[in-house]
Amino acid sequence: MFNLFKYSSPASFYPLAGRLAVGFGIASVILLVIGLYMSFFVAPTDYKQGEGYRIMFIHVPAAWMSMWIYVVMACFAAAGMIWNTRLSSMMASSLAPTGAMFTFVALWTGALWGKPMWGAWWVWDARLTSELILLFLYVGFMALESAIDDPRRAARASGLLALVGVINVPIIYYSVQWWNTLHQGSSIKVVDGGIEASMSEIMLWTLLVMTFACWFYAVAVSLSRVRSTILERESDAVWVKALLKERKA
Amino acid sequence: MSEWFAMGGHGLYIWGSYFVTALFMVVEVVLVMRRRRSVVQRLGRMIRMKDSEVSG
Repeated sequence: MFNLFKYSSPASFYPLAGRLAVGFGIASVILLVIGLYMSFFVAPTDYKQGEGYRIMFIHVPAAWMSMWIYVVMACFAAAGMIWNTRLSSMMASSLAPTGAMFTFVALWTGALWGKPMWGAWWVWDARLTSELILLFLYVGFMALESAIDDPRRAARASGLLALVGVINVPIIYYSVQWWNTLHQGSSIKVVDGGIEASMSEIMLWTLLVMTFACWFYAVAVSLSRVRSTILERESDAVWVKALLKERKA
Repeated sequence: MSEWFAMGGHGLYIWGSYFVTALFMVVEVVLVMRRRRSVVQRLGRMIRMKDSEVSG
């Protein structure tokens, strides 16, 4: 039976994470190239917004990733606190920078899309404001985690913040339905098993390719980041010494 | 070519979005790689120092 806890030990997870990071990294580059080509040369001009809507192909994936990464981060933080598995907390803190990056990109690309379409870089709209709060949560998580020296206490404190902040993700997602927002409603809905999108088929495919590209990118980067953290935290372990001596880096 | 680049007048916004996104993604990858190299080198040196103290 696949022993899940086999990979919760840093020593066995480290090589696996290395292979996964390379695989997901290559996959994300390929998907990114295809996605960018589709975004600019395949997806048709929008009847209303002309070319400006092409920002959607980076804005939407970034926004989805900002929310998804936060949920995954909170789950790892919770796992770390419940089972006291150091690797889970390490994984949570390795996801935070990438999540913060995508949140900033979502806000930035949203502003650059809003200016030509709404006439404003920023409005205190429910969707935009809750996304900004998400950015503060990421930054707060990283600041809190680095402010405490003892890794275990740092993981507990930042994990608690991550868990408290999770409520913000559904607020962001449903903000466009709960409040009368300037930001448009969700154009993609999962309806009885199928995806129903108020956009052309080719636009939807382009969006999905870009989304998977960003998702694989996030996996590759956070796994690479966690490997450095594992080496630092387990530096006095025998397997780390053997690995580093042999590498003669 | 330049007409395509203008993106129907939305060029500033589109290229501004894609450029900043590409910049952040590239910088993040560079930072992760640089951190990895420094960790491996620093720990490698520490281990070799400890070994030389033990054997020396």
